[in-house]
Amino acid sequence: MIAGIETHQIYAVTAGLLFCMSLGGLFLCGHFFKKIIATKILGTAVFLLFISLGKRNAMEFADPVPQAMVITGIVVAVSAGAFALALARRIWRETGQSTFEDKP
Amino acid sequence: MCFLLPARLRAPTGLAVAAVTAAAAVALAWQVAVDGMIRHNLGGWDAPLGIGLYADGLSCVFLVLTGVVGLLVSVYARSFFSLPEEQEGATKLFWPLWLILWGALNGMFLSADLFNLYVTIEVVGLAAVALTVLSGRPPALVAGLRYLLAAIAGSMAYLMGVALIYGSVSALDLQVVAQSIEGGSSLRVAFGLMIAGLLVKTAVFPLHFWLPSAHSSAQAPVSAILSALVVKASFYLILRLWVDVFDGSVTVAAGQALGALGAAAVLWGSYQALRQRRLKLMVAHSTVGQIGYMFLLFPLITLAHQGGADAPWLIHAWTGGIYQALAHGLAKAAMFLAVGVFVLAVGSDDREATVDLVGRLPMTTFALALAGVSLIGLPPSGGFVAKWMLLKATFTSGQWWWAPVILIGSFLTAGYVFMVLRQAFAPTKTPIQLKPVPRAMEVTALLLGAAAILIGFRAEEVLFLLDVEAPFQEAVEAEEGGGL
Repeated sequence: MIAGIETHQIYAVTAGLLFCMSLGGLFLCGHFFKKIIATKILGTAVFLLFISLGKRNAMEFADPVPQAMVITGIVVAVSAGAFALALARRIWRETGQSTFEDKP
Repeated sequence: MCFLLPARLRAPTGLAVAAVTAAAAVALAWQVAVDGMIRHNLGGWDAPLGIGLYADGLSCVFLVLTGVVGLLVSVYARSFFSLPEEQEGATKLFWPLWLILWGALNGMFLSADLFNLYVTIEVVGLAAVALTVLSGRPPALVAGLRYLLAAIAGSMAYLMGVALIYGSVSALDLQVVAQSIEGGSSLRVAFGLMIAGLLVKTAVFPLHFWLPSAHSSAQAPVSAILSALVVKASFYLILRLWVDVFDGSVTVAAGQALGALGAAAVLWGSYQALRQRRLKLMVAHSTVGQIGYMFLLFPLITLAHQGGADAPWLIHAWTGGIYQALAHGLAKAAMFLAVGVFVLAVGSDDREATVDLVGRLPMTTFALALAGVSLIGLPPSGGFVAKWMLLKATFTSGQWWWAPVILIGSFLTAGYVFMVLRQAFAPTKTPIQLKPVPRAMEVTALLLGAAAILIGFRAEEVLFLLDVEAPFQEAVEAEEGGGL
């Protein structure tokens, strides 16, 4: 632990970094699978920020509301990810294409 | 629930549910018009802990739009999906997915909670992508994946903004947030993230890259739903955040930036539409252009608000922008349905293939013409009222630089609409074999086109509904009397 910096602040900064990195990945990577992974990391960054907010209010216990939101968010993110993977697999099967640039 | 029914029973059930939902939306709008704003706290929990539902004039206008378009598209879809040509893929799943989408849209228009809004936009996004890929054709699949990735990125950016807001004010309810908000860098970042995320979902230039392919490769009723309703949902959300929540902290520069994006979208989208050879791509690009008009609302209302809430052009800009959303919703649905009939009858969606259709499919050609008139903004259509009010607001507010954009956009729109119509009126000697088209499909397209025109005559009712708890009155009252 670095002096003067709390754990939750490290979480929040990490979340910000992850957010930027994954947005970069989403736009710069060509392959479908890499793009989908980038959206997963994007989700993780947002959830990490939410979790780090639980500590902010200097209560004895963590604030439960962000945790409830993260649970909901994870459920949504998992189904969106599964849907994206299924689509990518179907595209690959039908056309052999794995990036948006390929001409089938 | 609809998943459980056998495929044969789905269409009648879906249609019945559609009728009931549309009737409920109209009933709610009536009640709001008579009694004023309604707020319902689910489970009896009050804000800030409980999750509230909230209906005011703005949400009712969008609810009714969704109800009307939804019902007519449902009637169209029933005929469309019973055609033998459209049985491939997973079209059996249309009804459950469409009803989920509709439910999520309604939920979004009524939510009064930032996180609930996130859940509804995510459901809207997922259901919309699922509808896009329904046909299972490769172009639709690729367009669907592009749409899905854009939608996920957009909603995650929105959620990041929600997290920052929760971190600052420890509340999610729109009204509570609006009252406890005070400027600050983290709120600015949050606001920027939320708006940017929603701009991706609304497909504002230059973030519209996913829209033309997704909207044009979907099947006709789905394209109509996507273009008329789904992009309106995130527009509604931006509007709601802009005027209700970040009322005090939006700057003139931010308003001008959104206006510039809108102006670029008007020019680029309309120009691209003019260049397309395929009808459905043309209509999809025209959506990009027409969305741009709606965003011209933001610089106007922002400046008005800075200069005092009683600025005379405020009400023009506000109703003009919303009228544009309504008129475009009706007209674009009509246009996609009409083009769907053309494609079905001719068997191709080349723009040149519509030759001499006016005598063979008079009703559909008329529907297309009516929708086109509203998109161009010729009087007395709904589009005319919208563009006229926006123009009036640009001049009275001194922001004349938006006016040429509105006019050039109209000319470009006229260009592509008339190109199709000229082709449709051109006589030809070669006999054309047209496939028969169910009557219901032609009639619903015509009804939507007529609605896009008629909305121009019934401006008073819409204005009255919009006046119920209009956000600017709220802001004024909050300043005077210390909140609601």
